[in-house]
Amino acid sequence: MNFTSPPYLTQNVSVRRIMLQVLAALLPAIGVYLWLLGPIVLVQLAIATATALAAEAVMLKLVDKPLGLFLGDGSAIVTAWLIALAFPPMAPWWLIVVGVAFAIVVAKHLYGGLGQNPFNPAMIAFAVCIVSFPALMSRWPSLNMDASFADHVAVMFGQLPRLDAMNGATPLDTLKTALKLGEGQVSVGAILADTRIFGRMGGHGWEWVAAAYLAGGLWLWQRKVIGWHLPLSFLGGMVALSGALWLWNPAQFASPLFHLFSGGTMLGAFFIVTDPVSGSTTPKGKLIFGFAAGLIAYLIRVFGGYPDGVAFSVLLLNLCVPLIDLYTQPPIFGMKGEK
Amino acid sequence: MFSLFKFKGGIKPPTYKADSVRFPIAAAPVPAQLIVPLHQSIGGQPHPLVQAGDRVRKGQRIGAPDKWISSAVHAPTSGTVIAIEERLAAHPSGLPTLSVVIEADGRDEWIKRQPVDYGRLEPEQVRELLRDAGVVGLGGAVFPSHAKLTAASDVPMEELVINGAECEPFMSCDDLLMRERGEDIVRGIGIFRDLLQPKRVLIGIEDNKPEAIAAMQAAVKAVGENFEVIAVPTLYPAGGAKQLIRVLTGKEIPASKRSPDLGVQCFNVATAYTAWRAIAFGEPVISRIVTLTGNVAQPRNWEVLLGTPLRDLVPLMQPKADTNRYVMGGPMMGFDMPGLDAPIVKATNCIIASSPAIFPPPAPEMPCIRCGACAEACPHELQPLELYWFARAHNFGKTQEYNLFDCIECGCCSYVCPSRIPLVQYFRFAKSEIWAREREKENADAARERFELRNEREEREKAEKAERLAKAAAARVAAPTQQPADTGQPATEQPAFDPDAAKKAAIAAAMERARKQREQVKPKNTDELTVAQRKEIAEIEARRVPLQEPQNASNAEIQRAQREEE
Ligand code: SF4
Ligand code: SF4
Repeated sequence: MNFTSPPYLTQNVSVRRIMLQVLAALLPAIGVYLWLLGPIVLVQLAIATATALAAEAVMLKLVDKPLGLFLGDGSAIVTAWLIALAFPPMAPWWLIVVGVAFAIVVAKHLYGGLGQNPFNPAMIAFAVCIVSFPALMSRWPSLNMDASFADHVAVMFGQLPRLDAMNGATPLDTLKTALKLGEGQVSVGAILADTRIFGRMGGHGWEWVAAAYLAGGLWLWQRKVIGWHLPLSFLGGMVALSGALWLWNPAQFASPLFHLFSGGTMLGAFFIVTDPVSGSTTPKGKLIFGFAAGLIAYLIRVFGGYPDGVAFSVLLLNLCVPLIDLYTQPPIFGMKGEK
Repeated sequence: MFSLFKFKGGIKPPTYKADSVRFPIAAAPVPAQLIVPLHQSIGGQPHPLVQAGDRVRKGQRIGAPDKWISSAVHAPTSGTVIAIEERLAAHPSGLPTLSVVIEADGRDEWIKRQPVDYGRLEPEQVRELLRDAGVVGLGGAVFPSHAKLTAASDVPMEELVINGAECEPFMSCDDLLMRERGEDIVRGIGIFRDLLQPKRVLIGIEDNKPEAIAAMQAAVKAVGENFEVIAVPTLYPAGGAKQLIRVLTGKEIPASKRSPDLGVQCFNVATAYTAWRAIAFGEPVISRIVTLTGNVAQPRNWEVLLGTPLRDLVPLMQPKADTNRYVMGGPMMGFDMPGLDAPIVKATNCIIASSPAIFPPPAPEMPCIRCGACAEACPHELQPLELYWFARAHNFGKTQEYNLFDCIECGCCSYVCPSRIPLVQYFRFAKSEIWAREREKENADAARERFELRNEREEREKAEKAERLAKAAAARVAAPTQQPADTGQPATEQPAFDPDAAKKAAIAAAMERARKQREQVKPKNTDELTVAQRKEIAEIEARRVPLQEPQNASNAEIQRAQREEE
């Protein structure tokens, strides 16, 4: 390509800038984690980041791409942070390493590297780990436990087999189990009344994490790093189905508000479905992608065997992207009336 | 209040216009030598009317249009033609083009100028006058204006859009022209109006040029016209003809249609100005306003004689020390001038002295991350990321399915792309590949046709020979005794009697009849046409020419033609 080609002016944008802004938007949620669990979350982020950079460097070397340019683009760190935040806090260090390495090596580079991966790498890591290590991936710390940072580190590195308080399942899981045990006799309202677990909206403490994702996401939207189509349609899909079932049988189905603020809904809406590489690119396609992902995530988390459904629904939709894009090409200038 | 429409996409680059509008337009000095390319507009290649050694006067026609879509070229000053030869052209290809080189005599002596009262002329004559005065789109498209001044036969002309938007950064030549010579522009628009008979005349100017808007409003009033001067939002590329038409009329013209088909036509303000000068003063297009700006001490607009080598303008702009090249046109759609010897031509609206500080070298290209920013910025609502993908994979059929040819190469997509992909370059590449392939195919078709013709001829000759033989044989049969005596030729010269000959002859005769029938069916539509029909054909041909002969009309020119930014 001719390097003195127009346009000679370009906007001050780069992949690196975009990725840095995504990382910045994750900071509020990391802050809430710090406040809830202490500095152990930073250890988890650090392990993930180091693994991602190492894996990225090795793969770049193997395919002979310029290291400085691509390591510096920040995309591997975004993947790493998303994995660190989507995995249970205090997950064993090697689980994080396996997840991140799989995401970078297999989900990203074996498909051709930046921009080429058909699946969301972070969600691939989540799916692979929850299938391979279901117990570890469901072991969420209870927020009411009282253990020192040293204990946390010990758990992470396998020195302490487990803290008692580590049995805490996620609020989503707790609700699902309680409903199952209650066999239709216990109402959602009664279960959720325990604000020590469920807080006021979607889980004690966790709802604040969700709120922080929401805040970061809105900031990204305001900075035009992400558009409104995907987050809104994803939340819309989630609300539509949960709202319909809740209206039909409020005793057996939690309210849309609960679903919005529990599990990975907010993370998914603003940081996962918005991944441009593996998502749809047309406006209509984005609406379809987001809405369907929201619906399916709800189906899996409520009726499926996994504690949350964001990962699987997003991967499923990733698979449909070529088709969605093909059929949602917008009409061009001057051709709107015509087919 | 006039209600405006919006076009999708667009960008807001910094405008950098303030520097060059502080001073009025000044006349650039006559250079010692002028290089006037004969081919300065879309369409045909004008043929030279002068020879080396001829003395020419200012305004004398030196290149005659060779067909309807073509435009005359004139001597910008008086002097002597010293050569007609290939010279470096102001063109991205950097290829030479046939040019008339004139040594100026310094007297700047005009031909006898003949103002005309166009109201007394037939519309056809006015169009011819404009063609012979070299009036072409001066917004950069350089499409011959006379060829755009006929309304569609079946669609009433509703709006005449006059483009004073000037959306490219750095450029201010139209701005200054509107400020200083508004009345001539308005009168020129009057000519266009009289030829096209539109219901309304809309003059669109970006709202970052309040002085020009005020000047044009005053000019319209002074001339006593009812044209509407409309401020349009500053949003690149609002000055693209299609975008401006959209903003002012709500109509969208796809690549597959021409604007008159939708009852609208668009001209640049500078074009209107030159039309008026040509008709009312008898002054053909021999100069234009050029913004000299960028990395210079003296940014300003100059009236420059066409053919002035860039070298002669350098002292006027006083480029700063770190100037590394000169860009012709704006920073969004312009190109690097191939050298200081390249001359100013009708398409040169702006010269930007460039430095690494003004236009930094491009950052390394990264893979597309499918962020869709390009699609959002595209004023033609294309999916540049898909086009890029297919162009890169050399899947040109797909690029056409994704409307490659609707791309006006405005550069909005490249401007916003975070991966710094030179998208426009890929699209130009894909377009030129497609044109090259089409040309190849046409050549192959032509070759096949030639081959078939030859076969046919050989067949015919064979048949004729067989017929002759058969006749001779028949004659021999009829008068066997006469023959040797008559000719006195040795018998060996005569072919032996062939019992099959008669049959062959019959077959040959049948083939000949069939061939004649075929020939009669073939339409011979190029004879006996009215002048109007011929013109129409020429026009159609010309529209096809750029698509088929990129060597004649370069890609960029075609692009500009499509953009019709006039
Ligand atoms: S703007 Fe660049 S990176 Fe984004 S989708 Fe378009 S081509 Fe790809
Ligand atoms: S250059 Fe072409 S594809 Fe890019 S924004 Fe302009 S019209 Fe759209």
